[in-house]
Amino acid sequence: MASHVLLIEDEPNIAEAIRFILSRDGWQVSMRADGLGAAEAVRADRPDLVILDLMLPGCSGLEVVEAIRADPATEAVPVLMLTAKGQGRDREAAERAGVNRFMTKPFSNADILASVRELVGR
Amino acid sequence: MPFNILVLSCLAYVAFLFLVAFLAERRAAMGRIGWLRSPMIYTLSLSIYCTAWTFYGAVGYAARSGLEFVTIYLGPTLVFVGWWLLLRKLVVIGRQQRVTSIADLISSRFGKSNLLGVVVTLLAVVAATPYIALQLQSVTLSFGVFASETPEGWALPDRDSTAIWVAGGLALFTILFGTRNLDAKEQHHGVVLAIAVEAVVKLVALLAVGIFVVWGLAGGPAELFERIDASAIADWDLQPGRWAGLIFVSGAAVICLPRMFQVMIVEDGEERHMARASWAFPLYLLLMSLFIIPIAVMGLERMPEGSNPDMFMLTLPLSEGQGTLAMLAFLGGFSSATSMVIVESIALATMVSNHVVMPIWLRLRPKAAMSGDVRRIVILSRRLAIVGVLTLGYMYYRLSGGSAALAAIGLIAFVGVAQVLPVLLGGLYWRGATRLGAVAGLVTGFAVWAYTLYLPSFGPGAALSVAVFEQGLGGIGWLRPQALFGVEGMDPLLHALFWSMVLNTVAFCLVSLFTFPGPVERMQGAAFVNVFDAEAAGPQGWARGRAEPEALLVMTQRILGKEAALAVFAAEARRQGKDGYLPDATPDFVAGLERRLAGSVGAATAHAMISQIVGRATVSVEDLMAVANETAQIMEYSAELESQREELTRTARQLREANEKLTQLSVQKDAFLSQISHELRTPMTSIRAFSEILTEGDLPPEMVANYGRIIHEEAIRLTRLLDDLLDLSVLENGSVQLNLGLANLQQLIDRALASASHTRPERIFVIHRDLPSENLFVRTDADRLVQVFINLISNARKYCDAAAPELKITVRQRAGRVSVDFVDNGSGIPKQSQGIIFEKFARLTDQTRAGGAGLGLAICREVMANLGGTIGYLPGQGGAAFRVTLPLRLEQQAA
Amino acid sequence: MKRPRAPLFLKRGSYRKRRLRDGARMLPILGAILMLLPILWTPGETAKADTATDGIYLFAVWIGLVLVAALLAPGLADDRPGDEGEER
Repeated sequence: MASHVLLIEDEPNIAEAIRFILSRDGWQVSMRADGLGAAEAVRADRPDLVILDLMLPGCSGLEVVEAIRADPATEAVPVLMLTAKGQGRDREAAERAGVNRFMTKPFSNADILASVRELVGR
Repeated sequence: MPFNILVLSCLAYVAFLFLVAFLAERRAAMGRIGWLRSPMIYTLSLSIYCTAWTFYGAVGYAARSGLEFVTIYLGPTLVFVGWWLLLRKLVVIGRQQRVTSIADLISSRFGKSNLLGVVVTLLAVVAATPYIALQLQSVTLSFGVFASETPEGWALPDRDSTAIWVAGGLALFTILFGTRNLDAKEQHHGVVLAIAVEAVVKLVALLAVGIFVVWGLAGGPAELFERIDASAIADWDLQPGRWAGLIFVSGAAVICLPRMFQVMIVEDGEERHMARASWAFPLYLLLMSLFIIPIAVMGLERMPEGSNPDMFMLTLPLSEGQGTLAMLAFLGGFSSATSMVIVESIALATMVSNHVVMPIWLRLRPKAAMSGDVRRIVILSRRLAIVGVLTLGYMYYRLSGGSAALAAIGLIAFVGVAQVLPVLLGGLYWRGATRLGAVAGLVTGFAVWAYTLYLPSFGPGAALSVAVFEQGLGGIGWLRPQALFGVEGMDPLLHALFWSMVLNTVAFCLVSLFTFPGPVERMQGAAFVNVFDAEAAGPQGWARGRAEPEALLVMTQRILGKEAALAVFAAEARRQGKDGYLPDATPDFVAGLERRLAGSVGAATAHAMISQIVGRATVSVEDLMAVANETAQIMEYSAELESQREELTRTARQLREANEKLTQLSVQKDAFLSQISHELRTPMTSIRAFSEILTEGDLPPEMVANYGRIIHEEAIRLTRLLDDLLDLSVLENGSVQLNLGLANLQQLIDRALASASHTRPERIFVIHRDLPSENLFVRTDADRLVQVFINLISNARKYCDAAAPELKITVRQRAGRVSVDFVDNGSGIPKQSQGIIFEKFARLTDQTRAGGAGLGLAICREVMANLGGTIGYLPGQGGAAFRVTLPLRLEQQAA
Repeated sequence: MKRPRAPLFLKRGSYRKRRLRDGARMLPILGAILMLLPILWTPGETAKADTATDGIYLFAVWIGLVLVAALLAPGLADDRPGDEGEER
């Protein structure tokens, strides 16, 4: 069975690019465009990986990670965080919040695919 | 002279007055007040004291009672030459408290009591009724004189219809010029100038008739004295009681008459003007009185037995074949009557609307202060009141039969308004005077006057039955209306004056001594009595910080109008060292605002409306302590400390704000870089990802097309961002090249609306515009200005969250500057964000993605600065509202 | 905590100004007395033809009051506070 990736990204074009790259590689991708209710969606869907944008409408990516880590049912789900800001401060904050990997936009398609495979352990 | 020529010249004269008033209003509206407010105009406007009673009635009075008529002018003379004693204080208080009428003054002094306002209003309306009837009667009589002379026998069907036409015409004129707008302060420049013109006309007319009589008929002064000695009034039959009493009552009336109060205090009260009027007005009265006796004597000598002496002014020249002179005299009389009626009904209408209609309306709809259009209600009620007052005057004229001598009617009104005098003097000079005392005094005086003078004036058997006249009320002998307490044989007028004033004053003083004033009352008492003590306005009763400034602004707009209200608030915000339109609601500011509103709707109503916002428990114990301290020494000292403290607080606030701004700027500098990074990386991410995908090939053609389109879109987005950044940097450096030219504002707005319609084209927007006001030419950089307009309209299209979105565009031109307001009906911008929306990347919620990078308003601000204008957010307009102002003609900066 | 003491003696200009105001306060009283004076000579009880002469008296008093008021008015009108220094 295909592994399940939940993609939370508010820029529709970026979301479409990632969806295309992953689904071509055989991943099942579901998408959300805002941070509100994202943690609840993680608990309900139990994805194998969450890809999360840092700046989201509703609530920020950091808050979403904290909510995922605070819930025993979802604390083990790996999280890959994307950001267009790419400052050192943001990376530290993300790692403190429990993000497994932090990537700066723009990224190469190969990099993101490799990171996803590595985090899910395939 | 043919009667219809008379009517025509009347109409022409009224049309002329209309023009004078209109031009004065226009001049005042353009801000060129200048000589419209000069001591000379002020003095002339005071001459409405001389009504048709003076013009026609004084001659009749002199023909009946000799020199006694001068008492009516001696009283005011004494009051004016003694202006330093009383009138000066009245003028200063009137200006400080923004008094709108005598009822407002009394109500304001006694704790902004509405009850007192109603009592004084009622008294004034009832007392004015016979006076207005007198004017109608005199105009009707004067028409009658010409009608009976008409050879063709052409005459009006009856006198009543003449009176009705006159009353209707006066109501129309008064409504047109007295209630056109609700001013911040109740001033009517047009009306004042018109009555000043009328003052000149009546003086000239009276002097002309007088000169004709003395030199034309009597044959010079020496001859005249002989004729006086030979006449029926040769022996001066002075009645000591009446002589003194009438001087007193006319002096009281000149202070208390609503119309005198209107011109003396409300319209243009200034000490400088009062100083001039202190001798010029008595001089005017003297000139008006100078020829009364000669005209009366010659009238008695020349006119047939039984002719009405009240009409000698007209009949004497007519019988001597001086048609033109009679015509001039007729216009003089007409002027006297019209000016009195106009000002009197304006004054009474202000009282009725502020003290009767508004309080009732506020009680019926307590929330109306915030939601309803108060101005419309006030103006409507004033118009109805004007019609009502004139109708009452007409009815009195009908009921009293229109037969009594003019002077007799006028004196009834004088004694009526004089009832206000004890309360007025007590209020100005005695801090112990209380509200209940004032009510008791006024009601007592009013009742005694009505019973002993007003009701009997309709004649025995009309308002009071013959039995009451002869046996007293309920058969009690000492309650006979013309012999109270068994005092018989007194002149009825003197009898009424004596008892009403004595009982009035006694009731006022006694009740004041035995009652205790409320807190607001005591503060107002101190403010009135000690008005000259170094700004001792007393502590203000409004608690700190309870009022929401935005709510106050909304309410103020309902009364003063939007522009005036915004100006007041912006000025206060500047004084407090703040930007924008919303000052802190300090007690001082709220109290000042209350006084300003009181200038439009009266003290009691303004107090009630402010209370609805600030809350009722407005007076703290500390304030009361300060009031109670009679020595006021502590107050003075603490006021000094307070002012120093406020100065410090203000400086501290300015520093704090500057500091906040600096911190914000530095944070913004960091944020700016991070934002630019974000805004550049986001489109680049899509471009990179899709271009890699496309490079790998083996895609279906429709996906290639789709992904190609995305790359194109994102590249455009990137370009636009770079354009904006470049634009902003050019604008900020001031190195922008402006392309100045003349452009029609309406076309610019059209262009902007057309361009902005591409933003969210699916939204149907209702646009409200006023095309004629937009039709003006501005010299500016049209493209840049359109850029700003497009931005504002697009923002409305993007962010206005109303279900049926509307956008209102208002253009105004003032003093060489044009302002354009864009107001939508959405939920607006929250107060805490209003300060930052013009900063770069200041999208309100960081995440709102609506296309732009958040540079739009920042660019707008820079563009407007380059165009010599401003852009700002207007709070309290019921939606997001932006105001763009720019100079009408932008000159090229020296480069 | 005391109210600043009002100066006991005034500069010459201020002193003049104060007396001018006193005059302004007295003027209406004087006028009232002069105007009520005819009551004392009771013209009503004499049969003499006195309307003309007494009329002249009244108008003379009247003009007098107007003139005095006109003389006082300019001095009263430019009433600037704060020029009341102590005499030194």
